[in-house]
Amino acid sequence: MEETINKKYIIGFMDTEAGKIPKVPTALNIVDKWGTFRVRWSFNRMGYTVTPGIYAVGNPNRDSLVLVSANYKLSFDVLRQAIKGMDAYIMVIDTNGINVWCAAGKGTFGTSEIVNRIEITELKKLVNHWNIILPQLGAPGVSAYEVKRLSGFSVIYGPIRAVDIKAFINAGMKASKKMRQVRFSIYDRLLLVPMEIMSGLKYILWAAFITVLLSGFSKTVYSTTTAVIAGAHSVLILILAYLSGTIFGPLLLPWLPGRSFSFKGGILGLLLFAILCVTGFIGKNLIESIAWLFLIPAINSFIVMNFTGASTYTSLSGVRKEMRIAVPLQVIFAFIGIVLYVISRFI
Amino acid sequence: MEEQKYLKNVVTLEFYFIKCTGCGMCETVCPHSVFEVKEGKAHITERDLCMECGACAKNCPTEAIRVKAGVGCAGAIIMGALTGKEPTCGHSDDSKKSCCG
Repeated sequence: MEETINKKYIIGFMDTEAGKIPKVPTALNIVDKWGTFRVRWSFNRMGYTVTPGIYAVGNPNRDSLVLVSANYKLSFDVLRQAIKGMDAYIMVIDTNGINVWCAAGKGTFGTSEIVNRIEITELKKLVNHWNIILPQLGAPGVSAYEVKRLSGFSVIYGPIRAVDIKAFINAGMKASKKMRQVRFSIYDRLLLVPMEIMSGLKYILWAAFITVLLSGFSKTVYSTTTAVIAGAHSVLILILAYLSGTIFGPLLLPWLPGRSFSFKGGILGLLLFAILCVTGFIGKNLIESIAWLFLIPAINSFIVMNFTGASTYTSLSGVRKEMRIAVPLQVIFAFIGIVLYVISRFI
Repeated sequence: MEEQKYLKNVVTLEFYFIKCTGCGMCETVCPHSVFEVKEGKAHITERDLCMECGACAKNCPTEAIRVKAGVGCAGAIIMGALTGKEPTCGHSDDSKKSCCG
């Protein structure tokens, strides 16, 4: 895979029987931090990679631990920060620049890539032991007993979060129950908000454009002035609906009623509609108001439904089930909303 | 904070008690602690917490667990429906279109 970012994080090389190995520090420099910030905002997220291979942290020797990571630089950076003060090897495997959990789901963080990478990097020559530590979230793609059978190396599943790795090692490779459970805290969800906002930007621009076009209709003529003036007001409501779904959907997730994400989104939309009515944003034209009563919940239901992909506890069967009901409703609501909106232009 | 639970009675997780050797791999890999080893055998604690990631089945040496693994992602399901493929993260090999990363 092509290296698409500069390698300022490599601070030297060490000679080993398995060849020259780059050394990396356990603190992030300004370039790393800027990179983290950018990918959180979804810029060049897919090109944020590390070249697969072995990296050294501290001064590892033949008895040092081997920790496996994805070649998404964010994953790699989180891991090296977590092992500050340790002497260890990091084996970066090729996951096409995707994080551990998603890559495991796809199978790219998987048995064959690990077995191949052990061969390519000549791991056998590098260390005296036969153990590799994998993040627990790699397990959906990896069969530990297959790796053992094919490579001779035993897979030890470490904790879910890299920050727990030291505690795990110090406890004699034992993880507490908490270390084994994935969370979805308000902070975890907050980190996803920028990406949520960026993800649908182009759709909301299209929707705004169409709204302005539709806003030009009136009883008598099509007026571009009306399109811009009335349109601007509607676009503002549209943007508020978008932001409510992408910001408050994730943040308020556990407190929104219901279990299905689309239902939670619909309720969030109703809430926003109520707020906009009370504040006088909506209400001058009855039919237009009813149009928004259908449109805003439809938009928010759709946005929050899409947050299932970023969540850490939804199943494929579950999402399929909720979509069978939610998607037709969203389409009907949106259709009624648009029709009413156009009708309201002529009254 | 409160535990987040998804829909009830929907997951495809199946466990064949008789095949279980109690090795504990499922308990280790499950990110939602669905399995617990008691008296030499694994037990399902709360089936509805399963998110069908497939880690348990993949790591069970005796094939005592079966689950139709997949991603609980509406975006992936929509793309899957449009392209006629199974829903996956980053639905195509063109990883530029992937939504996770």
